[in-house]
Amino acid sequence: MTDIVKMKGMNKYFGNLHVLKDIDLTVSQGEVVVIIGASGSGKSTLIRCVNGLEEFESGHLEVDGHPLAPKSGNPKALAEIRKEVGMVFQQFNLFPHLTVKKNIMLAPKKVKDAPETVANATAERLLNRVGIGDQADKYPSHLSGGQQQRVAIARALAMEPRLMLFDEPTSALDPEMIGEVLDVMRELAKEGMTMMVVTHEMGFAREVADRVIYIHEGQIVEQGKPDDVFDNPQNERTQAFLSRVLAH
Amino acid sequence: MESQFQFDWQAAINAIPFLLEGIPYTLMISFGGLLIGFVLGIFFGLLSINKLWFLKWPATAYIEIFRGTPILVQVLFIFYGLPDLIGTSINPFTAGIAAIALNSGAYISEVVRGGVQSIDKGQNEAGLSLGLSRTQTFWSIIWPQAFRRMVPPLGNQAIVSIKDTSLFSVIGVGELVRQGQIYIATTFQAFEVYFMVALMYLAITFSLSLILRFVERRGLVSV
Repeated sequence: MTDIVKMKGMNKYFGNLHVLKDIDLTVSQGEVVVIIGASGSGKSTLIRCVNGLEEFESGHLEVDGHPLAPKSGNPKALAEIRKEVGMVFQQFNLFPHLTVKKNIMLAPKKVKDAPETVANATAERLLNRVGIGDQADKYPSHLSGGQQQRVAIARALAMEPRLMLFDEPTSALDPEMIGEVLDVMRELAKEGMTMMVVTHEMGFAREVADRVIYIHEGQIVEQGKPDDVFDNPQNERTQAFLSRVLAH
Repeated sequence: MESQFQFDWQAAINAIPFLLEGIPYTLMISFGGLLIGFVLGIFFGLLSINKLWFLKWPATAYIEIFRGTPILVQVLFIFYGLPDLIGTSINPFTAGIAAIALNSGAYISEVVRGGVQSIDKGQNEAGLSLGLSRTQTFWSIIWPQAFRRMVPPLGNQAIVSIKDTSLFSVIGVGELVRQGQIYIATTFQAFEVYFMVALMYLAITFSLSLILRFVERRGLVSV
């Protein structure tokens, strides 16, 4: 299987703070990788490096065959990567001045020069797929958090990404809306989408992930099949973390 | 001494046609200047947010200079001072438009800067992550949202600039105040005439306020 993401010896600093330490990580096509860890451990920073929202200081990063140089020294590769990698944010980041449908149509029209009719059809199909086909002409502020996040997923899918990044997609949601977003993600995983997911939803991780990665203070401390990591963690850091989050 | 003053309505009404002749100048200088000021404001406002010092620095200098000196001094400098430098005289009307443009441009730069910086950085990240370039992200995502937030302070600036044109009577532009001064020179009824002048400014600025309120209500539906 082809590797979509290849990280080798990647280091990232915020000033003097060493946030990612010698990260080695590959993600194969079709794989669902869930990244867990305490807040501030660097897990969000890790996936934000994949589409260049964060620069890294040293090491190698290759996404779908496009090598990204440290300090974003390769703008052409970055542009290609962003066309192929979708991202879903904790705070949704929908465009509040555009209707739901226009949110989804924007990138295909601007980046891929898709004709209006094609972009429109894509938007309608994707909205139906995430279960909110009837909300197309509303503005994001008129939707619930769960609906907004589903629109955000549809918006990313409209670019037909080869890889989807999820940065704590359910952390800003009311508890009763988490399920509807996870359902959409579960469907995506089933359809074979390659996904990197940062989340605190351990149930989702156990059920959907092909591999779970535990990050502690910028280092990958443990990784493996969900059942192994959750039921039989080898590293004591992982054990401590899991006993805290799984206790309740 | 007891005042014998009685407001002479007839005199006030008689002054109206002569005063009205000044209004086109007041409006043309205001809106002509504001239009150019808006272009300057977008240009320098965006430069002032730039990280590159050689773009940011000139913009900051422009903003500080024209916000930090009185508009009266600016127009006197343009009308009386600049001709010495360029070797040809500048007509009062042009000097007035230039002063409003440069002065409002400095304030509008700050409005633009504040508007753009008030947009959540997640909007920028969302645009970039979808594959849009920085330029596309700015003009199709950041700017439309920022502009809506800029409408109230821009309206405020327009009202300030309209009133600022009254200072240009000193260089002889035939605007509203100047017309009033000329009229008073023959009738000596300062109270009635300046009362009417004030009323005419109020009519202009209040109409503008109403229009802006309407625009805001319609434009800010979803943000």
